[in-house]
Parts: sequence; C-alpha cells; structure tokens
Amino acid sequence: MLNTLTLKKALTLLEKKEISLDDLYHDLWKVYEEKNQLLNVYLSVDKDALKKAKENENKPLKGIPIAVKDNFLTVGLPTTASSKVLDGYLPQYESTVTKKIKEAGGVVFGKTNMDAWAHGSSTETSDYGPTKNPRNPKFLPGGSSGGSAAAVASDMAIASLGTETAGSIRQPAAWCGVVGLKPTYGRVSRYGIIAMGSSLDSPGPITKTVEDSAILLNIIAGKDKKDATTSEKEVPDYTLALKKDIKNFKIGIVYIDHPQIKSTLAAQKTLEAGKLFEKLGAKVDLISTSKNLEKDKVLSHEHAIAVYTIVQRAEVSSNLARYDGIRYSNPRKYFGHEAKNRIMLGIFGLSNFLQQEELVYKTAQKVRALYIKNFKQLFSKYDLLISPTSPSFALPLGATSGDPMFGELQDMLVEPSSLAGICGISVPMYKDAKTNLYLGLNIMADYFQEEKLITAANIYELNNKI
Amino acid sequence: MKLDKTLVLKIASLAKIPISEKEADELLSGFNKTLEVIDNLFSVDVKNIEPLYQTTFLENVFREDIVDEKSMLSQDEALREAKNKYNGYFVVDQVLEED
Amino acid sequence: MKKYLPIIGMEIHIELKTASKMFCSCKNDPFFAKKPNIYTCPVCLGLPGALPVPNKKAIDWTLMFGLALNCQINKFSKFDRKHYFYPDLPKGYQISQYDLPFCYDGKINTSEGAIRIRRIHLEEDTGKLIHSTINGKKVTLIDFNRSGVPLVEIVTEPDIHSPSQAKEYAKKLYQIIRYLDISDADMEKGQMRLEANISLTIDKSVLPNYKVELKNINSFRFLEKAIEIEIKRQEEILETGKTPVQETRGYNAEKNITYSQRSKEDAADYRYFPEPDIPPIKITENWLLQIKNQLPKNYDQLLDDWSKKYHLDKNLASLLFETSSQANWLEELFTYGQKQNIDISKLVNFLANKKLQVTLYRDDYEKIISSFKQATTVANVSDEELNKAVDEALKTNPQAVADYKNGKKNALNFLLGQTMKILKKRLDPSLVIKKIVEKIG
Repeated sequence: MLNTLTLKKALTLLEKKEISLDDLYHDLWKVYEEKNQLLNVYLSVDKDALKKAKENENKPLKGIPIAVKDNFLTVGLPTTASSKVLDGYLPQYESTVTKKIKEAGGVVFGKTNMDAWAHGSSTETSDYGPTKNPRNPKFLPGGSSGGSAAAVASDMAIASLGTETAGSIRQPAAWCGVVGLKPTYGRVSRYGIIAMGSSLDSPGPITKTVEDSAILLNIIAGKDKKDATTSEKEVPDYTLALKKDIKNFKIGIVYIDHPQIKSTLAAQKTLEAGKLFEKLGAKVDLISTSKNLEKDKVLSHEHAIAVYTIVQRAEVSSNLARYDGIRYSNPRKYFGHEAKNRIMLGIFGLSNFLQQEELVYKTAQKVRALYIKNFKQLFSKYDLLISPTSPSFALPLGATSGDPMFGELQDMLVEPSSLAGICGISVPMYKDAKTNLYLGLNIMADYFQEEKLITAANIYELNNKI
Repeated sequence: MKLDKTLVLKIASLAKIPISEKEADELLSGFNKTLEVIDNLFSVDVKNIEPLYQTTFLENVFREDIVDEKSMLSQDEALREAKNKYNGYFVVDQVLEED
Repeated sequence: MKKYLPIIGMEIHIELKTASKMFCSCKNDPFFAKKPNIYTCPVCLGLPGALPVPNKKAIDWTLMFGLALNCQINKFSKFDRKHYFYPDLPKGYQISQYDLPFCYDGKINTSEGAIRIRRIHLEEDTGKLIHSTINGKKVTLIDFNRSGVPLVEIVTEPDIHSPSQAKEYAKKLYQIIRYLDISDADMEKGQMRLEANISLTIDKSVLPNYKVELKNINSFRFLEKAIEIEIKRQEEILETGKTPVQETRGYNAEKNITYSQRSKEDAADYRYFPEPDIPPIKITENWLLQIKNQLPKNYDQLLDDWSKKYHLDKNLASLLFETSSQANWLEELFTYGQKQNIDISKLVNFLANKKLQVTLYRDDYEKIISSFKQATTVANVSDEELNKAVDEALKTNPQAVADYKNGKKNALNFLLGQTMKILKKRLDPSLVIKKIVEKIG
C-alpha cells in the first residue's frame, strides 16, 4: 500500500522510478473510499489530483498528495473552515502556503475537517460532523486540525498542513499518534488562511515523521510580502538538522510538577523522555512551576489559559466581523454555537461593560508579556523545554459537549508557548496497546530555533521504541 | 466578573448575531463558567509591565506605493461569491439614507 | 437674547492621492473608475485570509502634513482596529489609529485667532453606498473602488468661535494640503469631507454639556452657512431654557436648514485594539529628517517672504499657485524678472488679473517676461501721428463722444482703446486721454 509511505520514502521511490504516481494515487483513492465516510476526514477532494500530480512529477514534491486544513484558501476547492457560514465558498485567490506547495509540485488532494473556524480541540464543533480518531474511531482526533492529523494517521494523505493558534497542530498530532510542528509565529505566512487569532496563528506541517515535517517546512517557511508579520530571517535547510545530535543540549522538563499533571501517565512518560535525552548526551533538568514570575522557574500554564481565552476571543470577534453575507458567505445567523460564544466573549473583553480599572484585554496582554519574559529567561539557559503535549490520551467522542473551556483545558500545556509565539513540535511518545491511542511529547524551542526542535525530535523518534 | 442576560443580549446586538432567549440563557451560563477561569488573571502581579500585543518584535514593515494590476480582481471575480448583485454592484436592503 | 459664544471643533477627512491604496496595491482612483468594483483585491474587499501591508508613502505624507501644521510627531505609533458594522466597511472594522496618531498638538493661524490641531491620524476609506430603487425595492448598492483609499483625519480643539473662522480654517487646510501636493482635496469628488462639532455657551470658561455634529457639507460657503443656521437653531432652543439634543445633523443647502440624522445618545463602542497584522511603527530621527528635507517652505512664510522681497499683494500672489512646485516655479520667474528690472508686484497683478496672453507653468520665463514688457512699455508717438489717430477715433465713434459730453466718463476709456487700436501701439494712457479731452473741448 503506497499510501502508507512517508513523504521522504515516497519522494525517493518516485525519484528512482520504483513506484508510479498512478499506483500511489490508486492506493490513496482506495483507502479514501474505505475510510473517509467513517472517519469524516475530508470535506472535499480534488478528483483531478492524479492528473495534476503527473504535471508536477519533475518538481521537488513530484506530485505527492497533501491534505490541507479547510481554512487555507485554495482556488478550485471550496474553503469553509468547517462552518455553514462559508458553505460552498470558492476562493478567488490562493493562500501563500498552498501556493508554495503547488509551485514545489505538491498536490492539494483534499480539504480536511476541523473545528468550525478552528474554535476547539476536538473537531467536534465542525458544522459538517466530527472527525473520528483513525487509531480508534470511538475517540476524538483532537483539533482544531483534527482532519489533517487524521488524514496522516489513516494514510489518507502522505502528509498534511494544519494551523495552530494554541495547540491546534500539536494536540491532534499527539492524539492521532503523528508528528505536528508549530513553527515560530512569523516563520510561515498567514496570507490566505482564514484568520482566527491573528497574533497567534501559525501554519505548519503534520506528518508521519519528523523528517517529513522538515521537508515541508523547507517549502512553506519564509518572508511573504503579503504578510507584514513574517520574518526576513533566512530559511535554513531544516533537513540538515536531522543529521545533528543533541550532545551538549540543555533540556528543561516543565509543567509536570503541577497538581493537575503530576500523577498522569503523560507526566511519567515525559520524565522517561528526559532520561532518554540524558542517555543520548543531553543535560536535563526538572524545572519547577511557579504562579508568579520567578528566576529559573516556569510560569504556570494556568494564567496562559486565561490570557489565551481573552486574547484569542477578542481577535476572533474582530476577525469574524467580515462575514456579513454581503460580498460572500451566508448571513451571520449561520454562525454555530461555539463561534457565537467566542465572538460575544471577545466583545466583552474589548468593551469595558463592568467599568473595571483597565480593559480585560489589556490586562491579558500584560500577563502575556510575562510569559515572553519567562521564556526568554529560560531559553538563555536551555536549548529546549519539554512537556507532555496534552495531559491525556484522546477523549471519547462527545466529550466536549457543554464544556465551553474544553479546548483550553486540553491545550493548557502548549498555550504558554503559543502566546509567546515560540516554536514547538509534538512527536509520538507512547502508545496504549489496549486502546491503540497515543500520547505526545511537546518539545519547545526559542524563536526561530526550529532546527533544534527537529534535531531533538528526530533523535527521540529514532530512539523511542513505541 | 459576572455577566447578566441583559448584557448578553446587548453583546449579541453589538456582534450583529440574532439570538433567541433560550440561546441567551445557554450562552450566559457558558460565559460565566469561562469568566471563572479567567479570574486568575487578576491575581498576577503586572504592575510596571507593558502590554505586549505582538510577538514578532518587528517594526516598520511597509510596501512601496506601487499599483500591482495582477493582484487586483476583475469585477466578475470580485462579485462572484455574492448572493445579491446588480450591474456590477453588491446589493443590500436599503440602509439609513445619509444625504 | 443672551450673548452666546459658539464653541466649534472640526473633523476633516482628506483622501491622499497615492498611486495605490493604503493597505494593498490596488489602484487608488475611485472617482475616475469607469465601473464599480474594478479596483479591488482580497485585502480591500475583506476576503477571508487577506492581510494589510501599509503604504509607506501615505505615512510619509501624513508626517509631512503634520509638520506643515506644526504638529508633534509620535515617535512610536501603530494602527488599530475600529469596529462597527456597516455595508461599506468590508472587514467589519476600519484600520485606523487610536491612542498613538502619527501627529498631535499642531496649530493653524487664522485672522480670528490660532486654532490648535489635536491630532492627525491615518486610516482607510470605506466603500461607496448608492441608494436606489430596483424593481420597486429600495436597496443600497455598494462599490468598493474607494475601499482602502488612504484617508487622513485632522481633528481640532474646540477653538473655533465663528462660522467665518471655521470657513477660513477649512480653506487654509485645503490650501496647505494642495500646496504639499498630497491630495487634490476636491470636495465635489468627496476627497475632502467637512464635519463641525457645534455647541454654544454663555460662560467662556465652561464647556457646554452637549454637542451637535454637523455633516454632509460639500463646500466652504455651505460650511459657513450651515454653521450660521445651526447656531441660530441652538440659540432658539437655549432661549426656551432647553438643551439641544446631542446628535448628528445634516445640512440641506437648498432649504438652508440642518436636519437630524441620528441621535448619539448611545455612545459608540468601537472596541479599538492594536492591529495584530501590522507591526508597530517607529519614526526615527533619520526618517523625520528625510521628511523635513522634502517639506517645502511653510505656506504663510512663503507669502510673507515674497511680500517683503517683492512688495507684492499676498492675496493676488496666492491666486497664482497651489502646489509648492508651482510656487518654486514662480519664485524662479520672479528672480528671472527681477534681473531684468521688472516690477514683480505689477507682474503678479497682471498675471492674477489675466492681463497677459500667457500660460503659467507651460510658457517659459522669457515669453512671460517679454509679454509683460510689451504690455507695459509705452511706445513713442509723434504729436502729429497722435492728432491724426484721435481725430479718426472721434470721427468714427460719434456716439461715444456724445456719451462723454453727457457725463459718461466711461466713454473716455473706450475712445482711448480705439485710438490705440488705430495706432496699433500701447501708449501712455494719460497722454492720450489729455489729447481726447482737449479735442472734444
């Protein structure tokens, strides 16, 4: 089954002409027919994918099928962000990231399901029904890039693209047992991606291996003249980081002493990951959690949940204001419950209805500044920080209902890094033999230190026998 | 912090989202649950801390004043996804006449 | 009736004439667009996922404008989102500036006193709405060609105390922005839009507890008239012991009345926050220096200098130019003329009264000066020649002669012209008139 190949392997075999695009797409369509109805991974697929692949076989990505989250604008395929508000919307232009993928010879095979507007961590808030976890369909895939993670985990794509605002790449990657890389904010262009939290959104790859993530990051990273928040910093060849080792790396383990995390299996496995890194030559410290900014301690993730909730909802209320049904889209009454919830809370945070001394939004941004200070200080000492990606395995279908803070609680360990805009990667850490479900290890590095993430995650992946 | 239903309805009207009474009740209970979680924000000492709105540390990112015809949409493309159009215009029910 | 003092502040919006729009590279030419919705792109149409990138020139020009109005410059500035729903606002928010406008604390002098400029900020214009009836249904049509055009807003302190001062201020602003050549500020094309906040007080030291915002004024003359009539309206209300309602009012020029547009009691909640898509703006000394170097001499200063140097009439001179490059051109013309001992004040008079058959800014200096010389040089003429010509003029124009005799002094000028025409020469008028009077007796 050629659809099970990694990106690297598929590229190598295509290069050597040991496999054909015909066979690859044949197998892909077969698994699509078998599984998509059950798992609800794709909202739309490109029937002409093979034809397009063949036109690109001499380019770097050689016509490889890539699954793309449904919040990237793609000409020719509807883009809805899984919301009925955008039902049937056919974009007039292409997102920078998918444009780069296409120019490199990749094919957008289909658009994947997500939490509507990327609001959530389960893919259950999609207006087109939930996606199911390919490892065990009674469970959630996580979200909001649940469809993209599930596409890779179910071999319905060779690799995929997601977006993360806080956890939306790493958490579904962890729950689906695949690799998810959230680049530094500003490393990858947001142009043409339906905005959620504009100061947080970060597009990135979800793949079968760390190596595959490095290959895709090479293609999508870089300055975009159409996104003023992208960095001019030169894009290194991230695949070179795969060949480096972690000797002399200083690694800090964070958050696992917190009462909510302490006794979890995820905490235990993260400690074991630390031991493995030590064995491989790194120096590993346990960093304790503090409720206030203190030297050599990590600021508790609890405030991050509050900051994130305020900042993200404020930006959501603003970003979703354009959907008025005049130039495109359905009228605003089509917004689902979660979107209404977030828009309205965002307005609350930006208006001083309760006559407080300071706008809640402003207080939140001050606490956000504290997180940045904290990371700056920690990264002056450590190359990497590690924690569980999520405190638990995937939760069963239906777990989100009635809990407006579901997503934030699932994402609490990645939210501080998202707020600071630093990079992180989730790599499979442990598999439960009975349920077939996974835990992920979250590795975080300083701004634009994706190479360190890739080096460490790659070594961990090769040495951590699951 | 706590919200009441009057405020929920006011916010809904600011958001331009029509909601039913029942929905307002549901949203209200959700908001208050969320606000409980947010309350820990006010226990953090942020005296002398400047708010940070962006994490890029970039400044002065501009474009030159040049027209790029290629980035412009044709009238057909601009209007293509609109449900209501007339003679090259987007159309809405009449709004307040200002002149 | 009590003596009321008008307290007036103005908010003026002016579109900048950059080639492209404020946050995208669409053409900025909404007025001359042949069709609606042809100058749009994902950014100014507010399509999903589109992001703004600010136009450097629009910022440069705003700074230049601020400096011309003696403003302070915020060394650290940013854009903010201002939220409200209206069909002409595609994103549901306008990218504007909230607490850190590019320019603040400026000043403009008028003959009735100085007016402080509170702030000048840069934002994007909205689309254009057209109200119409289609198939019997009242609808509003939307054209986004104007959406995203750079727009500066100039806000004054409430330092204006009369309709004439408001008019003078607005005219001055118009003159200055055209002088800088960064906007055509044509009110008929909607490139300059005037708003006045008006209230009345008896006690100068107490600001009134209401204000009425006056909109839809599209000429300087109407501005003066609208404020006059609004003051009268408010006086009448105050005389009855009531307070005018805080609201927005429009001006109907035909009927010369102001009318209520919407009540402002529900204070707008724009939910401003810093635009996350645009990094903040740091205005360095170096950048400011570049702008200062481009800044032409202050408009008032220029006229003062000319008046001193050439003894010319400032009002007449101001009729000759609008932009600073035109002023430079004139300056060179004056220098050229002065070298040839031309009376510049007289030249300005001739040019302003269109007495010369020349086109400014097109004809070269030499042509203009020689035309002026020709027009002012008195030709030599013999007494015999003059006698002959005057005789002929009197003979062929008996009616004019009769008119003069009946006390119509104007007839003399006519006969003077006729005489010169016969001679095909420009003569000293006093000499000719003396001769005519002599002959008529």
